[in-house]
Amino acid sequence: MSNAKKPAVKRPVVPRAPKVNILGLEKSAYKGGPSTLCKGCGHDSISQRITNVAWELGLDQTQVIKMSGIGCSSKTPAYFLGWSHAFNSVHGRMPAITTGAIVANRSLKVIGISGDGDTASIGVGQFKHAMRRNVPMVYIVENNGVYGLTKGQFSATADEGQVLKYHGVNHLPPLDICIEAIVANATFVARSFAGDPKQVEALLKAALSHHGIAVLDIISPCVSFNNHETSTKSYAYGKSHEMPLHQLDFIPPFEDIEIEEYEDELEVEMHDGSILVLKKLAEDHDPTDRYKALETLEKARAEHKFITGLIYIDESRQDLTDLLHLVDTPLSQLPEEKLRPSRQALEELVATF
Amino acid sequence: MSVITQEQPTQAGERGAIVNDFAINVATVNGSGSQSSNGVLIRSLFKMGIPVTGKNLFPSNIQGLPTWYIIRLSKDGYLARRETTEVQICMNGRTVAEDMAQVAPGGVVLYDDTLPIAARRKDVTYYPMPVKALVKEANLPAKLRDYVANMVYVGVTSWLLGIPLAQIEDALSWVFQGKEKAVALNLDMVKRAYDWAEGNLTKEDPFRVEPMTGFNEGKILVDGNTAAGLGALFNGVQLVAWYPITPSTSVVETMIKHGPKLRTDPETGKATYGIIQAEDELAAIGMVVGAGWAGARAMTATSGPGISLMAEIAGLAYFAEVPSVIWDVQRMGPSTGLPTRTSQGDILSAYYLSHGDTRHVVLFPSTPKECFEFAGTAFDLAERLQTLVFVLSDLDLGMNMHISDPFEYPEKPMDRGKVLSVEDLEKMGASWGRYKDVDGDGIPYRTLPGTKHPLAAYFTRGTGHNEYAQYSERPDDWERNLQRLHRKFETARTLVPEPILHEEADAQIGIISLGTNDPAVQEARDRLAEAGVASSYLRLRALPINGAVREFMARYDKVFVVENNADGQLCQILQTEEPTLASKLISVSKCDGLPLSARWITESIQAHLD
Repeated sequence: MSNAKKPAVKRPVVPRAPKVNILGLEKSAYKGGPSTLCKGCGHDSISQRITNVAWELGLDQTQVIKMSGIGCSSKTPAYFLGWSHAFNSVHGRMPAITTGAIVANRSLKVIGISGDGDTASIGVGQFKHAMRRNVPMVYIVENNGVYGLTKGQFSATADEGQVLKYHGVNHLPPLDICIEAIVANATFVARSFAGDPKQVEALLKAALSHHGIAVLDIISPCVSFNNHETSTKSYAYGKSHEMPLHQLDFIPPFEDIEIEEYEDELEVEMHDGSILVLKKLAEDHDPTDRYKALETLEKARAEHKFITGLIYIDESRQDLTDLLHLVDTPLSQLPEEKLRPSRQALEELVATF
Repeated sequence: MSVITQEQPTQAGERGAIVNDFAINVATVNGSGSQSSNGVLIRSLFKMGIPVTGKNLFPSNIQGLPTWYIIRLSKDGYLARRETTEVQICMNGRTVAEDMAQVAPGGVVLYDDTLPIAARRKDVTYYPMPVKALVKEANLPAKLRDYVANMVYVGVTSWLLGIPLAQIEDALSWVFQGKEKAVALNLDMVKRAYDWAEGNLTKEDPFRVEPMTGFNEGKILVDGNTAAGLGALFNGVQLVAWYPITPSTSVVETMIKHGPKLRTDPETGKATYGIIQAEDELAAIGMVVGAGWAGARAMTATSGPGISLMAEIAGLAYFAEVPSVIWDVQRMGPSTGLPTRTSQGDILSAYYLSHGDTRHVVLFPSTPKECFEFAGTAFDLAERLQTLVFVLSDLDLGMNMHISDPFEYPEKPMDRGKVLSVEDLEKMGASWGRYKDVDGDGIPYRTLPGTKHPLAAYFTRGTGHNEYAQYSERPDDWERNLQRLHRKFETARTLVPEPILHEEADAQIGIISLGTNDPAVQEARDRLAEAGVASSYLRLRALPINGAVREFMARYDKVFVVENNADGQLCQILQTEEPTLASKLISVSKCDGLPLSARWITESIQAHLD
């Protein structure tokens, strides 16, 4: 530092005002603990998107619950919104546990995090019934087509023809989470790519304002177990690097893949040179047309492309708490006098026995 | 029609009248509407003041298979299943031969006169009932004929035993909930049958009923599932998530029926509870645990096969320390075959349910009144202890009618447990830890989601947390947590309902039993006393056991543990809990789908006495 060049008169130092949201909170207040996932994991970028959106919208974190099942994805609620209650429950049962929680307190905002194993395999029944009941929640599937936490088995969303080191070739067709959601009468269905921050954040905002269940199927590449070039959900690493990618105890430090804005279609080159094709919904796509939405998804599936954007929305259905005709006050906050019928009511009943 | 001649019984005329002390067995076809007829009979007898109990032995079937309804009348107030039938009503051709064969010597058979009667016994009085002809004369709409036909045996039985028609009319009104048309239609059939019997039959047997006093006054006649459902509604249940399974279904159906009247908020006209029929038992218990975590009183009702599906989440509730209640109406399991037969086979699985190192609080109601009360006790304990609480009813208690003391209005305020408010958190600052044992009772403090304070949140996991609910795989953290859970279980011993003791000063043996075995055990004790064996009796009402149970076991050289399962499950638990007293315990257990009888208990105990 050279003092000589400074002006002689000291100007008052005005500290730069920290950037705060509508609640007067800095973004750091929306952070969670440090992630324990592999570096470069698509799930971490999703956590970051949630943090950003919650801060931007000025969500009151104390009124948010973070719900998850089991798997890499389900660990992530620990990595965002540190002031929110969270329940890392059991495998495939996040929808039921959330259903109970929202009936107990209908004023809570729910961010549910699941993975493709948690949702499309062990939990597919609960997933479908949560759609059917229109449980008010954002249901995010961090979809990488592989079981990460148990070190690399096929999930039900794995691509046909995909190869995994110990499991060989997958000959079964993938289950399409968006199609399953629409068939089960979900009221908000969208798909995006973990590396597309702008779209993920836009869809998250829309999902958080939806009245009912909002499903976000986010393709989220696994750096460790689904990095093979035969996978369409891969960050896979380049052969040119000639690194021992399939050695399970060595996870190379990957860079996050982040894409630029695109129109219509974008080919995303993975580290190994394989290509993931994202296809934005056409301008004239009508997300209220259920048949059209299904047709679009089926067509894209046949072309091995991932449709991204808001695919389907139905704002006419009542959510579960409406259908149960619950009092507006959260049940968990009702005082005893609202919960115990009168002595006279019991006497009248007993007289009939 | 003319009087039908029949062979004269050899004994009937030689004895005096047998009043209010015999069993009636009604054999019908499932789905034929006999439930209403049987309900009318038992209700009439109850209202005459006669101690009475009804056991419905029904198949796993909607229509067509045989069903029996056994009504025991006991002037002495014995309400267990009686092993003999004195009055047999035969309405089912498929079982008629067997039904007639098992009547006690000197008994009575009333039979639909179109049924084939293979062999008549000389020691039984037979009365035919021209069911078809009487129904035809009544000129009923075709679709109602089969249902109303069962009222014929109500009419003939009323004449035979001396049940006043006014009593039958009141009972009809009760069974059909005041629906005038249904009452009139059925009453007409009863009267026609009664009149026919009066004009055409001659009573030649000793069995009859008489009004009596001293037992039923102030009592109610009700099933345990109705009591459980009402108990939940009166004790603040907020979420019921369930999957239909016999014999628990009517617990929830009671709430569906009475909830709208009892639990609609008068100010808003909206519900203060929610009932969700889940896609399976895994989802049902998941919803219960989610709601318990978020601060609601939540329960499910199920049976053994459902319990096995709930095992994983039961463990989650235990280790994440979430209040939740499972009402288990026990039956035989698994799968099909005997789902409509009673059992107490879930004691071991409920106590230890999940993947190891779990023990749960289990309550054992024995009467409808206790079902009502224990619904509240279960919620209080679940919220106080922040854990899963089981209530183990069984098919006999849940689905059969029992004479019971009336339900008592809950006088104590609900115990919502250790829940921190915003003000509490302000005071505690960062010192609050979700799994910290502040009070030395093993029970930590919790916050509910939605508590408006930045320190309120915590991260809930099954395992792998330290006192501050932070992720931890440290061995010492987890071991400390398990030790605290043990302390909490010791606290549970002091909070669960005390056993009921019936002690005799000169007792030679002790008997421990639970649940619906109670009337059979009480009767067995009288029989043993008549045979010169005085006994003391402890009716266990909860697990874990406490000092009173240990002391009882220590007091007697032989302690018989009476239960309705094959493996002597309660006996095993008592032996594990009190290994130094284990050799005193003698298992008296049986599992054949029926409630235990006093005779079997008496003989089983006597077999061990010299």
